[in-house]
Amino acid sequence: MTGRKLSFYLLLMPLLLTLTLLILLPQLDMLGISMRERVSYGVYEFSLLHYREFFTEPLYWNTFLRTAVMSILATALTLLISFPVAWYIAKIAQGKNKNLMFLACLIPFWVSELVRTYGWMILLRESGVVSGFLQWIGVVDAPVEMLYNDITVMTGLVYASMLFMVVPLVSTLEGMDDSLVEAAYDLGGNHFTVLRTVIIPYAVPGIVSGCIVVFMLTLGNYLTPTLLGGKDSLWFTEQIFTQFITRFNWEQGAAFGVLLLCLSSLIVWLGLKLSKQSFKQALASET
Amino acid sequence: MIPSIPQSRAFQKTYTVYVCLFFMFLLAPLVVVAVFSMNDSVFPSLPWEGFTLDWYFADNKERRGLFHDGAIQESIITSLMIALFVAILSVTLAITNALLFERYDFRGKQFLYSLMLLPLVIPGVILGISILSFSSGIANTIEDSYGLDLEFLRPGLPLIVLGQFVFISTMATLVISARLRKLDTAMEEAALNLGASRFEVFTTITLPWLKPAVIGSAVVAFLMSFENFNTTLILAGSDSPLTITLFDRMREGSTPVLNAVSTLLMAGSGALALVSIFIQRK
Amino acid sequence: MTFDLECRNVFKHFGSFQAVNDISLEIPAGFFFSILGPSGCGKTTLLRMLAGFSEPDQGEILIKGKKMAGIPANKRPVNMVFQHLALFPMMNVGENIAYGLKRNRVPKPQRDKKVADVLERIGLPGIEKKSVNQLSGGQKQRVAIARCLVLEPDVLLLDEPLGALDLKLREQMKVELKKLQKAFGTTFIYITHDQSEAMVMSDQVAVMNHGRFEQVGSPQSLYYEPKTSFVAGFVGNNNRVAGIVESIVGETAIIRSNAGQQFKTAFPKIDLKAGDAVDLFIRPEAIHIRRDQSVTSENHINGQVENILFDGGNSQILVKDIDSSQELSVSLPQTREFNDLVAGDRVSLSWDMQQSNIFLSNKKRES
Repeated sequence: MTGRKLSFYLLLMPLLLTLTLLILLPQLDMLGISMRERVSYGVYEFSLLHYREFFTEPLYWNTFLRTAVMSILATALTLLISFPVAWYIAKIAQGKNKNLMFLACLIPFWVSELVRTYGWMILLRESGVVSGFLQWIGVVDAPVEMLYNDITVMTGLVYASMLFMVVPLVSTLEGMDDSLVEAAYDLGGNHFTVLRTVIIPYAVPGIVSGCIVVFMLTLGNYLTPTLLGGKDSLWFTEQIFTQFITRFNWEQGAAFGVLLLCLSSLIVWLGLKLSKQSFKQALASET
Repeated sequence: MIPSIPQSRAFQKTYTVYVCLFFMFLLAPLVVVAVFSMNDSVFPSLPWEGFTLDWYFADNKERRGLFHDGAIQESIITSLMIALFVAILSVTLAITNALLFERYDFRGKQFLYSLMLLPLVIPGVILGISILSFSSGIANTIEDSYGLDLEFLRPGLPLIVLGQFVFISTMATLVISARLRKLDTAMEEAALNLGASRFEVFTTITLPWLKPAVIGSAVVAFLMSFENFNTTLILAGSDSPLTITLFDRMREGSTPVLNAVSTLLMAGSGALALVSIFIQRK
Repeated sequence: MTFDLECRNVFKHFGSFQAVNDISLEIPAGFFFSILGPSGCGKTTLLRMLAGFSEPDQGEILIKGKKMAGIPANKRPVNMVFQHLALFPMMNVGENIAYGLKRNRVPKPQRDKKVADVLERIGLPGIEKKSVNQLSGGQKQRVAIARCLVLEPDVLLLDEPLGALDLKLREQMKVELKKLQKAFGTTFIYITHDQSEAMVMSDQVAVMNHGRFEQVGSPQSLYYEPKTSFVAGFVGNNNRVAGIVESIVGETAIIRSNAGQQFKTAFPKIDLKAGDAVDLFIRPEAIHIRRDQSVTSENHINGQVENILFDGGNSQILVKDIDSSQELSVSLPQTREFNDLVAGDRVSLSWDMQQSNIFLSNKKRES
């Protein structure tokens, strides 16, 4: 059995190396950088200056809150919009249609986020397709600019997340035996009570896993708010990029990174607690 | 509700219309991008000026099509190389991880598994900046103490590959583990029982069984890498991958060449998707 | 004499659970040996130790006189047919059967010939190119067995391979397996929880419970002369009546059942004294049934038919003793005589006292 021992260590090593060198140490390093202040060239001191900066500068924490709220809202909207579609694919569509619809839901995944966002820009800009269509049917008589506002950003965010909600929902709902619904009706339920008491509780694992992934992707999104929201979109990831790339203020950027990570962990943790799901389960149903 | 439960026609109609609208919403931006790559106009917007393939093939002062745009072609090649490395690395790690988690029991397994899942819930930006700061830290230390400048620790292709590899390998691990879980351990025991060595069991039973998942996750890894933006933006050095090049151009102002590149990308991903579906069916 | 397979005082535990508890056995060459027991009795654990997938805590396993300790599964001269067969789905029939030969570096021409031969012998010639999924349940069984037999193992282990088949096919395969074993002359060790499989096919059966062998013997001896109340209850159908020894007259014991009836029974080979708590077992098929209630015999009950469990040749009736309301199940003879029997009819039951088995009751060992 020594051969088995040896192969165990050989298999363990790549994982440990990846985890330490690419996740744990970099994250700790980021935390370290966020808590230091440059005194002079190459000389640093421990300081919470960059966290203080965050709390005293309204722009920063406003952006932070706004990002959090918008992300939660986008997640909720995505769930609302996707659930009926997932149900349709899982339970109503049959045979070839079903496969086709499912594949169609995956299309956005196969197309770069950049291309998708670009598509929305062409649709919604002043000289865009929607504006042109509205003029043509006579609803408006001059071009309308639909880019650069919160509703557009929200549309883009929901659009970008849809697939990550539909897929886990479909796979959870497909696992549900139709006779559960039939039994519930047979025992006197109506559409609403069956949905509330049978279907949704059954779908919780899919809902949670979809929501976690969608929330994370939205919170960390950069392209959609920047391209569809324009300069004033006020998204927190933009702040991080600005600090790192434009201002070369890595300490401030790292502090923002740590804060964003705390926020996302907190919200994911709350979500898991409220739905009584484990982290492992929630992510396992993603595939 | 399910077909066996009676409900009003109006509800059914509304439901069907809703689902149709959803798919229109899903496809509209993609269709628009493709259509306007063939508009005979210098802006990808209305009015429709007629059909042209200039934005793909033309090469003159006013119009330089995609196939004559050196910068874009270079960045496509950069992206392809990154994606290839990421796919190979991710799938390799995914196979070893899957074997580790599905075939061995050891102390701290659950903890390690949760750690392995972590990259899925860390925003890409943060993965990017943490790796950047960590590797720069090392590079600076080495430069200060030994005077050596280690190029690969500075923003550039190797760092992009590592940054993407972190979360793409997690995805691949999930896919390949799921497949391995479905392999009855009796299969491997049967092979052992018929006289195969452990290594032979792996090459003749386990690996062939994993093949569809390996191909599938390699394709997905390739695409995820090719399309990645957030992590890549932070870690990119002088030769920028395609998404970064496109983003820069988009901020300068859109031209139909961007539509043409996008359309090409869609065609490429579509082809890749079809190939992987075809292979996995077989 | 060397046996094909020998176990000497084998023990195996998992945590505090003693899965295999002091098992010894000796199986001569060419035997069809079954290990019969309920699920969780340790039979699979024992089989896996024979195959080399786990090592015993104590004791030794010998195959053809050679100690197996430390020899890994892939080097042992035994092969195993798995519960769900474990045919490799990514290979066709020929590749499946050739798998072991290939691992032993048998050159291709010889390999192909051996595969063709073994397929011929199992009655499925020329199906090398078929995919495993194209085979019927019974064909899969035979291919799985051929995959092992082509390697000419000293012992073939079979882990309930018929479990997944439907009833009709299972009946067929029992006969088939027995024939295959005869034809190849290989020693078979077959584990199952289905007593009929064990009884029909085996030369010898070991009844296993809680990690121990309760009794090892021919199917007949297990049926007619069970040595423990577990065997009496597990092999074949049995009515179990709990009671107390009232008196002993020569070779006959008089039992007072807890419900108050009195029965006579012979008690060969066990020590009994008045006052012992005992279990009496009477097989449903050993009970005579008559409509005429006037006849008396050594064991006699006047009863009322409670229920008729019609199942063709295996039909039984439940009869309640009028005096004590004890229920007995009785095989219904298919001689047309009782075709019009209905619930509520009065019948008289009787049996020979040699036909019942008696054991000291041991509540602890029963579960």
